[in-house]
Amino acid sequence: MMLSKGLKRKQEEEEEGKEALAVDTWWLGPGHPAVAHAPPAVASRSLFDLSVLKLHHSLQQSEPDLQHLVLVVNTLRRIQACMAPTAALPPMPSLPTAPGIADNLLASSDASLSASMASLLEDLSHIEGLSQAPQPLVDEGPPGHPTGGAPPSLGALDLLGPATGCLLVDGLEGLFEDTDTSMYDSELWAPASEGHKSSPEDGPGKEEAPELDEAELDYLMDVLVGTQALERPPGPGC
Amino acid sequence: MVLQPSERHYGDWNHRRLGPWCSPTGSPAPLSCETGCGEGSWILVCRLLVPTQVSLLSMEEDIDTRKINNSFLRDHSYATEADIISTVEFNHTGELLATGDKGGRVVIFQREQESKNQVHRRGEYNVYSTFQSHEPEFDYLKSLEIEEKINKIRWLPQQNAAYFLLSTNDKTVKLWKVSERDKRPEGYNLKDEEGRLRDPATITTLRVPVLRPMDLMVEATPRRVFANAHTYHINSISVNSDYETYMSADDLRINLWNFEITNQSFNIVDIKPANMEELTEVITAAEFHPHHCNTFVYSSSKGTIRLCDMRASALCDRHTKFFEEPEDPSNRSFFSEIISSISDVKFSHSGRYIMTRDYLTVKVWDLNMENRPIETYQVHDYLRSKLCSLYENDCIFDKFECVWNGSDSVIMTGSYNNFFRMFDRNTKRDVTLEASRENSKPRAILKPRKVCVGGKRRKDEISVDSLDFSKKILHTAWHPSENIIAVAATNNLYIFQDKVN
Repeated sequence: MMLSKGLKRKQEEEEEGKEALAVDTWWLGPGHPAVAHAPPAVASRSLFDLSVLKLHHSLQQSEPDLQHLVLVVNTLRRIQACMAPTAALPPMPSLPTAPGIADNLLASSDASLSASMASLLEDLSHIEGLSQAPQPLVDEGPPGHPTGGAPPSLGALDLLGPATGCLLVDGLEGLFEDTDTSMYDSELWAPASEGHKSSPEDGPGKEEAPELDEAELDYLMDVLVGTQALERPPGPGC
Repeated sequence: MVLQPSERHYGDWNHRRLGPWCSPTGSPAPLSCETGCGEGSWILVCRLLVPTQVSLLSMEEDIDTRKINNSFLRDHSYATEADIISTVEFNHTGELLATGDKGGRVVIFQREQESKNQVHRRGEYNVYSTFQSHEPEFDYLKSLEIEEKINKIRWLPQQNAAYFLLSTNDKTVKLWKVSERDKRPEGYNLKDEEGRLRDPATITTLRVPVLRPMDLMVEATPRRVFANAHTYHINSISVNSDYETYMSADDLRINLWNFEITNQSFNIVDIKPANMEELTEVITAAEFHPHHCNTFVYSSSKGTIRLCDMRASALCDRHTKFFEEPEDPSNRSFFSEIISSISDVKFSHSGRYIMTRDYLTVKVWDLNMENRPIETYQVHDYLRSKLCSLYENDCIFDKFECVWNGSDSVIMTGSYNNFFRMFDRNTKRDVTLEASRENSKPRAILKPRKVCVGGKRRKDEISVDSLDFSKKILHTAWHPSENIIAVAATNNLYIFQDKVN
């Protein structure tokens, strides 16, 4: 992979007089509005979105690389520390999946989420102007599992797959669990939240569910019925 | 947990002291051009591949892999991802060179013997043994696949005719015995020559079986399997100087093993927080001191090194020494922590220094000074302005290794574009070389490479923007006493030698 030509790194002091963190913005491309003369907050925001994406991708691995995960989370915390407590930022074009992922993170957090991550997410929802619209509850699995304090929108649980869904249900704590013995039943065909980007690692059906129309459903039913007919043991006379 | 005494000694360990590595003349092996790693001093000895088919052939048909080498390894390039080399290690004499790959195989090369007729072939390495060390496994409890990739290989000092090495994947360490067989018994009474049982009624006379020469066969057998002791991914193994114990380190814990005992180990470091929400740091590498069997170091993702003394307490959570360099405020960025994460830590042969590799630099620390390194070498500082892009494509998380030469006067590490770098600690000179098929002809002198940072690019320079970040040299090894280096580039193993040698 080749790196394109770099632009001069921009370094500015923050309003509170904190030591500025240099962020090079050249990678956004010369035509990107966040480039060159954009305030560092914009670059920070892009970096934040990227880090959230990385976190999401890392969690989608069957067994996340702990070092990678810890470094990304720490970087997220650094960025968040710089971004907050700024006033509401002007809306900037961000990677399309970021709001969806933020929804997912919000949706799957519970009372045990660490204070720092909780404040991160609160700031995120404040910054992005997201509202936690109530969504139909998805069955979380074995009863007795701590769910107190969980926000109502849990429809994103199934989007992340059984393995990662388990991790996110417990918030960050679940990321680093030794043994994840709790397998949550996830409804394969539950509607996904908007803006979710499907990835090759997703299990079957998750990304398909929201987009099936009647014709496709009918076709699937035919296939299933046809398969069952094949599997049916031959009756007398066949 | 009490360590039970060994039921039998693990051979008669020859506790010979591994003294300073010297050339036969008694002085530290010099590099050519009297100034150290000067220009134009390194030549390519051979380039080795281990295609999948060759490995399967040698295992299934049990033929002498040494015969395969010349015909197969040099020219064929039908490599798969499984062939990507993931670790390289010379043994203590330098006679053997082991590689591990993503497919769980270990390939051992042996140095060509000195021959009056073919003097120029001295220094070449040929395949000695190939075996499947680890297989992919499935953890049913967590529903997770365990990769068979060999993360590390460490040799044990040789104490008899056989060779022993430790190899590890993410979860399991294995002790392998590699031995030669050049004789076989013939003339059994109860078996015929094909091994089939004979009818005792047909035996009328008795004979004494005799050993007859046979074609040399090298066989590798697993002698110990050290499993189920690591919840997280093993990143390091290190053999202790007592030759009775070794340690294995994962992201959060370090365990101490006795070679004889596979069903239990001591946990000597545990940095897992009681509340996992507080996890901010992981262990990245660990190594025993080369002479003091009670001392070891481990590095972290925050750029710190802790030296621990096992005599102080059973659980070495409290370090004896703590090495950390203060952050340079002028270089501070969102990526400061990531680039400070230490990917490798190595004691010098003398035991007086430790070397650490982080993303952009190699640092040498004196064990007697904790507050800053005594030497810092910039590996590829031109990447400092590209960190955002390198973060985006995950290259910033690449784990480069570093190695000392035999006399601790030169250090080497890898970079991108198949470049690797050497730094002479005495002369402060450095050189960038390239391990690539296009630029290397056997016995041709390697031409030093230079990266152009900006402005005018000279004819033989390469610009930063043209670097290929998919070609990375993560694993290198240096012969313990001679100026021979092994450089792994994807599925290729390059052996370079100093011209003067």
